[in-house]
Amino acid sequence: MKSLGSIRRDFAPWNDPNAKPYIQFDKVTKKFGDFTAVNNLSLTIFEREFFALLGASGCGKSTLLRMLAGFEEPTAGRILLDGQDLRGIPPYKRPVNMMFQSYALFPHMTVEKNIAFGLKQEGMPGSDIEKRVAEMLKLVKLEQFAKRKPHQLSGGQRQRVALARSVAKRPKVLLLDEPLGALDKKLREETQFELMDLQQELGLTFVVVTHDQEEAMTMADRIAIMDKGEVMQVATPAEIYEAPTSRFVAHFVGNVNMFEGKVAEHTANATRITGATGAEIVVDNGGKAAAGSDIVFAIRPEKIKVSSKKPADAVNALEGEVYDVAYLGDMTVYHIKLDDGQIVRASALNASRVTEDPLTWNDRAWVSFRPDAGVVLTR
Amino acid sequence: MNSTWSRFNITSIVLGFAFLYLPIVLLIVFSFNESKLVTVWGGFSTKWYVSLFHNQGLMDATWVTARVGVISATVATVLGTLAAITLTRYTRFRGRVLFSGMVFAPLVMPEVITGLSLLLLFVAVGLDRGFFTVTLAHITFTMCFVAVVVQSRLVSFDRSLEEAAMDLGAPPVKTFFQITLPVILPAIISGWMLAFTLSLDDLVIASFSSGPGATTLPMKIYSQVRLGVTPEINAACTILIAVVAVGVIIASIANKRREIQRQLDEQAAQRG
Repeated sequence: MKSLGSIRRDFAPWNDPNAKPYIQFDKVTKKFGDFTAVNNLSLTIFEREFFALLGASGCGKSTLLRMLAGFEEPTAGRILLDGQDLRGIPPYKRPVNMMFQSYALFPHMTVEKNIAFGLKQEGMPGSDIEKRVAEMLKLVKLEQFAKRKPHQLSGGQRQRVALARSVAKRPKVLLLDEPLGALDKKLREETQFELMDLQQELGLTFVVVTHDQEEAMTMADRIAIMDKGEVMQVATPAEIYEAPTSRFVAHFVGNVNMFEGKVAEHTANATRITGATGAEIVVDNGGKAAAGSDIVFAIRPEKIKVSSKKPADAVNALEGEVYDVAYLGDMTVYHIKLDDGQIVRASALNASRVTEDPLTWNDRAWVSFRPDAGVVLTR
Repeated sequence: MNSTWSRFNITSIVLGFAFLYLPIVLLIVFSFNESKLVTVWGGFSTKWYVSLFHNQGLMDATWVTARVGVISATVATVLGTLAAITLTRYTRFRGRVLFSGMVFAPLVMPEVITGLSLLLLFVAVGLDRGFFTVTLAHITFTMCFVAVVVQSRLVSFDRSLEEAAMDLGAPPVKTFFQITLPVILPAIISGWMLAFTLSLDDLVIASFSSGPGATTLPMKIYSQVRLGVTPEINAACTILIAVVAVGVIIASIANKRREIQRQLDEQAAQRG
């Protein structure tokens, strides 16, 4: 049997031009009165994908999910599921199920009855319901809690009941609204992996809404970063982190240093950037920006090397002073104040126990990075 | 905090409780009076209770009151619940504030005015006053109490429960009866009990809206008292007090037990 990792590695329908989209948001707009929650948004999700909608609260990600579930109708645009237009189909007739942030377990029903609820609505025969419920209880390891009521369960157990209830009907798509939001940190990390395993095991399409970037990065095949009702970027976690296409995305995910500047000129295989730092930055991937245009050069802290002397072979090196040092155990974070006043954040992995070149407060220091270490952002 | 029993504390408690309960205690004590004179103690006796059950007028009035109470409380509960649901759910229709104000206005409306206006209405439409009109009147004035009780529960009702039910394939009507109703049922039952109690002890509105053959217990007691208080009336009132007290005690014990059970369950859940 193939390992989970290899399945996930080979799974990339978004790169296949012939792949059939499973869920399609086609120029969807949703307004509540004067407020535009979702603005002319188009998005494609593929079958068996683990897709995350990531954004701050109020960015429209939950509205998107609720439109898919049928609790809201788009003001304009279409939503297609497996080729079928969902407009006008009420929530109780859609082949999608949702796991709610509050779990929304029925308080007057036992765990069993909660899980069986959806199956009963389908008109499934009693013996089949029993079988399916037992199977679901086993899946979420709650066999001995079948007769309990929701208030007799801990937070983690309730979360698993909610999960079992929402997958019991074998929906085409499972929607998860902040599925791990109410759990404590340790439980959340465990559950992330359980959700990924479950998704593979059942072969379902998952669409998860979250504001926790770590959660999205861990679980999702692809992430859509949302802001003010619009999708800023859709890409794999690695692409989102290493190749953000806008300042917003670069800022939103992880830490980043930004240098304002202008494209001075394009040479054969490099771009020279001049800017506020005084010094010049040379990058090898700035081709898209026109010469003379204002740009931002973004670089992640771990891509920056800090040293007490200017490295001889460095293409890009800026001089400054150590402003702050934070020792975190596995790594050390430096804040270097460049001579023009800008503060650069750099992190160094503490690979060996003793550093031969320890830098401390107020030391002169050089930050250096390779031409391919950062990205040039035009918006 | 000072927990000792100072003289001041004791005095205030005794005075306070005496103020609240002395009249009722007197009434109960004199219902067991041997003497026919209400204010003179003539020895212990239960004969007024016996004669009470042979007083056809009082027994009829009790039966009327019970029927009016059950019917009006039930209808008022249905209407009040519907009003509460509409007012909490459909928050966007025009004139909602006006409507909710109008539903709750009867709460503070003087009973005399409610009674009088109902009387005028019944006369205007030519309804013969009797059992039907008094029931109708009680539905009118208890409905808003039910609406208040149910609405306060609905405000804290988690709408995602209904969404979850629909998401799992239950159409709206089924969702209402299988999810919403069971969850808000305790509030509906309290609403019913409140409506029933209000109907039970209403004198003013019943006097306006009732007619021959539909005398309620409070009306009967009031008219008899005008001819002079008899220990029989004391006995009737004592039974009423006992019924209400037993009801209240059962309700609060059940409530307390549920609360304790819930706490125990939650502790058990925390332990895993």
